[in-house]
Amino acid sequence: MSAPLLEVRNLVKQYPATTAVDGVSFSVPEGICFGLLGPNGAGKTTTVEIMEGILPPTAGEVRYRGEPLGSRFREDAGILFQKTALQDFLTVRQCIALFRGLYTHGLEVDEVIRICALEKLATRDARKLSGGQQQRLLLAIALVNDPAVLFLDEPTTGLDPQARRNFWQLVESIKAQRKTIILTTHYMEEAELLCDCVAIMDRGRIVAQGPPRQLLREHFAEVLLELPRAEFPEAARALPLQLFETSDRVEITTHDLEGTLRALLAAQVPLTNLRVRPPNLEDLFLELTGKELRP
Amino acid sequence: MIRRLLSVFHARNLEFLRDRGTLLFTLLLPIMLVIGMGFVFGGPERPLFKVGVLGATGDTRNHPFLAEHYVQFVPLTDSGAALRKLTHQQLDLLADFRGGTRYWVNTDSPKGYVAEKLLLAAEPGARREPVTGKALRYVDWLFPGILGMNMMFSCLFGVGYVVLRYRKSGFLKRLHATPLTAFEFLSAQVLSRLTLIVFVTAVLYSGIGAIIRFHSAGSTALLALLAVLGALSLIALGLTIAARFSSEELVGGLLNLLTWPMMLLSGIWFPLEGSPRWVQWVAHVFPLTHLLDAARAVMLDGAGLAQIAPHLLYLAATTLVFLAFGAWSFRWRIE
Repeated sequence: MSAPLLEVRNLVKQYPATTAVDGVSFSVPEGICFGLLGPNGAGKTTTVEIMEGILPPTAGEVRYRGEPLGSRFREDAGILFQKTALQDFLTVRQCIALFRGLYTHGLEVDEVIRICALEKLATRDARKLSGGQQQRLLLAIALVNDPAVLFLDEPTTGLDPQARRNFWQLVESIKAQRKTIILTTHYMEEAELLCDCVAIMDRGRIVAQGPPRQLLREHFAEVLLELPRAEFPEAARALPLQLFETSDRVEITTHDLEGTLRALLAAQVPLTNLRVRPPNLEDLFLELTGKELRP
Repeated sequence: MIRRLLSVFHARNLEFLRDRGTLLFTLLLPIMLVIGMGFVFGGPERPLFKVGVLGATGDTRNHPFLAEHYVQFVPLTDSGAALRKLTHQQLDLLADFRGGTRYWVNTDSPKGYVAEKLLLAAEPGARREPVTGKALRYVDWLFPGILGMNMMFSCLFGVGYVVLRYRKSGFLKRLHATPLTAFEFLSAQVLSRLTLIVFVTAVLYSGIGAIIRFHSAGSTALLALLAVLGALSLIALGLTIAARFSSEELVGGLLNLLTWPMMLLSGIWFPLEGSPRWVQWVAHVFPLTHLLDAARAVMLDGAGLAQIAPHLLYLAATTLVFLAFGAWSFRWRIE
């Protein structure tokens, strides 16, 4: 594995009423997409904002290429915040040009417009873009300095499925250029698709870290069975199975698929709508961060 | 640094020029001021000469001067007040037809000179009492105050609320993630607003100046330098307020807290001579007071660079202090 591009060491961020980040450490090698996952309030945005150099930590440090964050990092980092407002009354091209002017090195404005497929929107008032178009513009701004490291903080939150998939394609094309990407998200499908390595945060701490497939192997030796809740008879709830019920389905986690199926048939559970699937990152996420509703 | 500063400067100018509501208001305000001044000080042709007459205006048969055309005769009773008006050339001539005709003329007044000729043509035996004193119309005195007041509001509110809006919308937070420094950002805001204010002030100066037929006694270049330094100081003062806070109510209150004392104490409407010493001391803390004192010295008395240098230095020094404080206390994001 190559030397880390970013190192986070014992990061702590305390506010008067809470500890948002509580001793977080990890490193990000160059050229990978690193996912920081966690439920709302887990501390991932605070961690990322400290990594971006816009929020000071209470303790700990972040190093970029072995040095504390400084002017070199600011020139090299591209950032897409969860929420960003731009200057009013500027066109898409002018917004990009404004940010291009803030960096010593970078891509031509037209090049960034092409990468993010904004050609037809270049002269449009930036305030009049749809959600997906707005995110593409913000990504263009994040790419304008041809960054070595790109921070994407929940970039597809609020987008419709089509816009989300378009955005993922863009990120994959950026990944293909061997750029380092730090992605925070609570869409597990997104993390599974884009991330080479993930860290799952909960209550300000990292509870698991590694490549998604490795984490799944480490945490799950089982398969998951899903049945419609309406078709699951009351008597079957007494079976010695590991059950989890949602509003519309019943999930059964098991090491012994055949034995479980036999038990369900014996309890006269209809299996017509049975779904058997391997566990995914979302299952791991729920396993590690808990399935109960947080206050 | 210059490249980053120019990028923000250019974007801010574009934003301002495309915000049609604000642009219209910014341009309409000076035009309304020009029109207002036109109503107050313009209007139909006035008499060529204004002559004060002590006591009754008298009988035109015995005093044919009183029948002259294009002369306005103003009856006056207080000779002391009448003489002060003559000294300030608010009257062209003062006459007393009671007993032997006596008149007072301001030897510094060209119109007084002509009015005297008219009087002597009609009343050759009139007794002459010369006085001296430079002409000073209130409108001439007020003119720098109006320009300064407009600059003050534009500087303080124009910059203060823009930075506050940027902070609340998260735009400042996004800029913070770039190599742009607080000093560069603030300097770009200052330069953008300065460009606008210098332009608007030049329009006002020419427009109102033409209506009230004002001619500066001093150098226009010196006035331009003064306008730039005065605007810089006031903009930087506005930035010290906008540098940190995120509440419109608080920023609005603080800006009002600055503008109202300046409105009342900086000598926009009336001179500070005769006011208590502490009032004058407080007034001289405000950059606007120095701007107006220097502007009046140049415009009314023809003062040169050396005479107003202390005011220019004060404005330059306060600009640096306010900008340094603004950069030091600047917050990119809502705490």
